[in-house]
Amino acid sequence: MEIRSKEFKERAVFAIHDASLQQALGKARGGFVGKRAQQAAELPEFEALREEAKNRKNAILGHLDHWLERYEAAVTAAGGQVHWARDAAEAREIILGICKRVGARTVTKGKSMVSEEIGLNEALIEHGMEVVETDLGEYIIQLAHEPPSHIIAPAVHKTKDQVSDLFVAAHGGPRKTEVADLVNEARQVLRDKYFRSDVGITGGNYLVAETGSSVIVTNEGNGDLTQTLAKVHIVTSGIERVVPTLDDVTLFLRLLARSATGQETETYTTFSTGPRRAGDPDGPEEYHVVLVDNGRSKMLGGRFREMLRCIRCGACMNHCPVYGSVGGHAYGWVYPGPMGSVLTPLIKGLDNAYDLPNACTLNGRCASVCPVKIPLPDLLRELRHLQHRQELSPAIQRHALTAWRFVATRPKLYRAGEWIAVRLLKALARNGSLRKFPFAEGWTAARDLPAPAGKSFIEQWKSRRGQS
Amino acid sequence: MSTARERILRDLHIALKRGPLAAEQRTALDAERPAHIRPAFDEDLIARFVRKFESRSGTVARVATLAEVPEAVEQYRTAKGLPPRAAIGAALAGLAWPQEWAIHHGAAAIDETLALSRAETGVAETGSLMLCSGPESPTTHNFVPDDHVVVLEAAKVVRHFEDAWVVLRQRPGGIPRATNFVSGPSRTADVEQTIQLGAHGPRRVHVILVGG
Repeated sequence: MEIRSKEFKERAVFAIHDASLQQALGKARGGFVGKRAQQAAELPEFEALREEAKNRKNAILGHLDHWLERYEAAVTAAGGQVHWARDAAEAREIILGICKRVGARTVTKGKSMVSEEIGLNEALIEHGMEVVETDLGEYIIQLAHEPPSHIIAPAVHKTKDQVSDLFVAAHGGPRKTEVADLVNEARQVLRDKYFRSDVGITGGNYLVAETGSSVIVTNEGNGDLTQTLAKVHIVTSGIERVVPTLDDVTLFLRLLARSATGQETETYTTFSTGPRRAGDPDGPEEYHVVLVDNGRSKMLGGRFREMLRCIRCGACMNHCPVYGSVGGHAYGWVYPGPMGSVLTPLIKGLDNAYDLPNACTLNGRCASVCPVKIPLPDLLRELRHLQHRQELSPAIQRHALTAWRFVATRPKLYRAGEWIAVRLLKALARNGSLRKFPFAEGWTAARDLPAPAGKSFIEQWKSRRGQS
Repeated sequence: MSTARERILRDLHIALKRGPLAAEQRTALDAERPAHIRPAFDEDLIARFVRKFESRSGTVARVATLAEVPEAVEQYRTAKGLPPRAAIGAALAGLAWPQEWAIHHGAAAIDETLALSRAETGVAETGSLMLCSGPESPTTHNFVPDDHVVVLEAAKVVRHFEDAWVVLRQRPGGIPRATNFVSGPSRTADVEQTIQLGAHGPRRVHVILVGG
């Protein structure tokens, strides 16, 4: 997928004025937050689980090489095959190679953010294959030729009316307007695709070293139909998703559904271990796992290691006021919201996503709900440091910061400047507020700046103490 | 030229600021089996399983013995107006199914209406069924038909997922190709966050709880 994060500001403005988008975001906002809060409140162990998950994942990441090798050996023992891809291009080549070898014409897909990350659909279509997204949300946005706008609810930005229009265009009439009818229509269309599919591609929420299993979690059952009915099952997963044991999977599963959709558990949790066995009446004849690095080993070595704990639940974006206002498409690539604002610059380059770490108010809600306690605001601030040091930030901002440091480290100069500024601003104010402020027109265009009191805090403190 | 595998592992070693782990370190890591926090509850296991499963729109009927299962299924079938045919996992082949039914034990076909499975275990913690693939319980039975009826013996219900792993590890042949946890009918909320049952998998999942 082409990155368009450089257009963040333009896309954000566009999003704020898109009435349909605002309507859809408004409907989504309360639901996720309220349901998650309820689930967290109903499980007394929830906070302890977050702490334990954080610590366990840190321990696993410290031996990531070992667990990947153990996992690979277990997959091989179960008759599956593990492929390693350093970047998106290698991952695409591996998957294309398998699809071509088996003469694939129809490829069905369960939801996989890694497949979006590596731009898989475009590559398969380019080689003449029919690619069918089977998660209802993914199917809707595929018909709309749009990328997902949320990692667990990819079509959250679409209204029911828009879905009705897309279905009429794709399936012919009559136009359905009830949710039940729309879901049923997609069910009928996709059913046929599952049974005709040559290759089924899914993500992998967890890769279990103990058993060589890949795990998917869904509510619809589309991932299961995809991987059971196709002749070949290919799993795409990031290298950081490996965990040692089934007990470890349980630790993360107890947090995932509660944090993501506000459910105690999703409807289906499936462990896949190798291809069809002797005597099995169903299941794929081949089972492949593509392990994708794509910047992750680099994250492991630096100050962004904590990001590798992410379990892709989407709680951070559900609680983000910026995401809630502009939606996922403004972010311009695969991962939106707080986690996307960290991942996008790290995977696609700091200079390709300058605005993302800055489109954050540092309010901290994301970190307060993250099930694995990733300090997202700290990581975003760290990215801003890197941008500053690499001189990617605007020159005027860097000069202003240099000037600020010069003044702020000289108390006498600082106080003199302050003495002038508070009086000047007070004099410029009308009715207690400033309608316009030099260099901050963007801020004052939509709101007034409260005028200062006319004397600094230190001056007031001194004079009041003198009175007592 | 080194392979992608070697280069990724080398990059991981660089990131972790060390070389490959020594054999004894690996053995020690493999022996580590940390136990994690489990949600505590006092509720009776069967009562909790039923309560949780029904909370997600699953339905439950109870019978005393396995021999009563075919009659319970027949009641369900007629109540739902389903045709007299079913895909039945080999694990349940030995039961006395009604003569007039057309039954088979293979994979579910695209027009399959009803499938019957025997659960390996049920997890009380979340009210989830654990189904293990194989001729005894083909995976397609869990996902293709509109109606899925699952036979669960009350004695097989365990407390936590960790207890299900014990069952799985002790199983002859170990972990099956597909281990499916099913916690109710298929659902989606992808159109305006409105919950709709029967997205792609079964529209109804009915448990016949035996004994207890």
